[in-house]
Amino acid sequence: MLNSFWNWFVIILTLVNILACWWLLYWTKGISNREDGKTTTGHEWDGLTELNNPLPRWWLHLFNISIVLALVYLILYPGLGNMTGVLGWTQLKQYDAELVAANATEQAVFGRFGDMDPQALMADSEAGEIGRRLFANNCAMCHGSDARGAPGFPNLTDDDWLYGGSFDQILTSISNGRVGAMPAWGAALGGDDGVNEVVAYVQQLSGQNVDSELAMAGKARFNMFCIACHGVDGTGNQALGAPNLSNGIWLYGGSASTLAETISKGRSGKMPAHKSLINEQRRRVLAAYVKGLSDTGGQ
Amino acid sequence: MTYSDKVVRQFVVMTVVWGIVGMLVGVIIAAQLWLPQLNFDIPWFSFSRLRPLHTNAVIFAFGGCALIGTSFYVVQRTCHVRLFAPRLAAFVFWGWQLIIVSAAITLPLGITQGKEYAELEWPIDLAITVVWVAYAIVFFGTIVKRRVNHIYVANWFYGGFILTLALLHIVNNLSIPITLTKSYPIYTGAVDAVVQWWYGHNAVGFFLTVGFLAMMYYFVPKQAERPVYSYRLSIVHFWALISIYMWAGPHHLHYTAIPDWLQSLGMVFSLILLAPSWGGMINGIMTLSGAWHKLRTDPILKFMIVALSFYGMSTFEGPMMAIKTVNALSHYTDWTIGHVHSGALGWLAMMTIGSLYVLIPRLVGGTTMYSIKAIDAHFWISTIGVVLYISSMWIAGVMQGLMWRSFNDDGTLTYTFIESLAATKPYYVIRLLGGLMFLSGMFIMAWNMWKTMAAGTVRDIPVKEPAPGMA
Repeated sequence: MLNSFWNWFVIILTLVNILACWWLLYWTKGISNREDGKTTTGHEWDGLTELNNPLPRWWLHLFNISIVLALVYLILYPGLGNMTGVLGWTQLKQYDAELVAANATEQAVFGRFGDMDPQALMADSEAGEIGRRLFANNCAMCHGSDARGAPGFPNLTDDDWLYGGSFDQILTSISNGRVGAMPAWGAALGGDDGVNEVVAYVQQLSGQNVDSELAMAGKARFNMFCIACHGVDGTGNQALGAPNLSNGIWLYGGSASTLAETISKGRSGKMPAHKSLINEQRRRVLAAYVKGLSDTGGQ
Repeated sequence: MTYSDKVVRQFVVMTVVWGIVGMLVGVIIAAQLWLPQLNFDIPWFSFSRLRPLHTNAVIFAFGGCALIGTSFYVVQRTCHVRLFAPRLAAFVFWGWQLIIVSAAITLPLGITQGKEYAELEWPIDLAITVVWVAYAIVFFGTIVKRRVNHIYVANWFYGGFILTLALLHIVNNLSIPITLTKSYPIYTGAVDAVVQWWYGHNAVGFFLTVGFLAMMYYFVPKQAERPVYSYRLSIVHFWALISIYMWAGPHHLHYTAIPDWLQSLGMVFSLILLAPSWGGMINGIMTLSGAWHKLRTDPILKFMIVALSFYGMSTFEGPMMAIKTVNALSHYTDWTIGHVHSGALGWLAMMTIGSLYVLIPRLVGGTTMYSIKAIDAHFWISTIGVVLYISSMWIAGVMQGLMWRSFNDDGTLTYTFIESLAATKPYYVIRLLGGLMFLSGMFIMAWNMWKTMAAGTVRDIPVKEPAPGMA
């Protein structure tokens, strides 16, 4: 709200400027008349002269109509300082009204999903279509429009899950988000040599051909530092979000150089919480859709 | 006593040079929107840094040189005196070029205030202020020592443009320097946004409209050899235009955090602005009444009439886009880009080109350009270029607006952003083609200017005596 000085400042300045346009037309009335189109004003600059034709009538009407429309608008809508306008319109009210209407439409669509269990949701073709759209609107920018992910962003169409692939686990990931923290081990492993040994062992775990002596040395270090999260056999731990290292699926990449970077510098992954962005009935449809992607391999 | 025309010649040549540079950068970023790889992963060649370089180059380098140069010519001719303080005028020229060069260096380096059309950092802002004050002294000094009683209408418009730009520039750029290359505005949040768009819209209003109307008021009657249509209309639309324009800025901030009343005022004043804007168009076009046949043979007049037509079209489109419900569709889309270019290419550039074709031969002792055919070719290639540009952006913009606001019953967006981008791609190619055509025209102009100047001889022109009874 404007205080009373600025309120009147705005009102008076606005009206004075608008009404001054009319005064301008009135004030210049005597300057021209219909005969003036034939003779010049008598002034001359560098050979240039001026006729004094009257204002075109249609133009004058246009000017007057726009002024009247402006004044009518300022009576109907907020504009003159703190005056609210006869219609009582505000952009917040418009927003709220549109939200109510949108919620009603949405309720009509989502109502019947409320009682469905995950299996039924996954089987429902309409829920699948909605899930696809929710995914495209909210998830595709990181996980890709085909849900196959990108380095640092998990592929959702395979059956490898960092935090578990049940309906409830997926729903929790969407709602609350996840923070994946791989600490930096470069110093603890004694620099590049130690890191490279562990890299060799991790590659061996996933079935890649490596220098077996190097991998053997890496195993000792792996058992010291890595098994707490990734497990003795390197199959990971979904409770911690520690990836399975033995199945050849990599979040950041499985090349020696990428693994060395991951191990020495660590990684931090973040799936944002969507609780406040997507309401619950939508999150359930979305979780069912994502589970369906994995079950069908993205088909 | 002779006219001081050297500074005019310098500004005219640099207008063409900066026009080519600025439009070339525009073509490059248009190509990047089509093929993003064209930024070659080089930071200073990326869209985000070249885009402000393009806008600054075409508005302040091309447009600025055109306005300052023609104003120095027009004010001497219509006041029947030599320029006041010609050495200060030379300082204005070199100062302005230095500012342009420093903009061309700092913007690609990423040094920016982040305010649209006011990106340049504080040391350059200070230099602009000094040069602008010098410009005002030269211009108004010449007005003061005029040998005719009345001040010609073109000079009201130049004067309004110079005074208002000083005000806009200083108020919007008030900031606290942190280092040589970084400052923060003294305004915060919504207040900063309102000040920025008060500046932004009036930069359009006073730099790109009032300034070029001044050019129109001298060069159109000069080339048509007809009197200005209506003295009264020029008074009415001048005062209405400059007072109403000041309010229109908030229409850039519809449906944002600024108060409802401010948005409403931005909209209604934009609507009232339609008639005063059209006043200038009527006075320009109707000045040709009695000389319509000249359009058949004179491509320079064609440039001017098409410029005035685009001016009328843009100043109709602008108020329409300022209406809240229309703006809800058009805002943030390429429609805005189309609107800006129907003004910038259709109106400003074409009026500038027409005026320079009148001016260039007169600066080197001649009366006509080296090749009239080349002017005609330039006219057609730039007209077709503008039409391709703005119609592709209209279609793209309306399409984007409709796609972005389209919802399914389940509350999801019907189209993802990437789908709207894919749909826009063909129009980006057409826009690029239009821009390329307009740029090609500028090369024809540069060649024609070169030939004209090479064939002419520079000599001092004695100041014309005022007409009897005017002194």
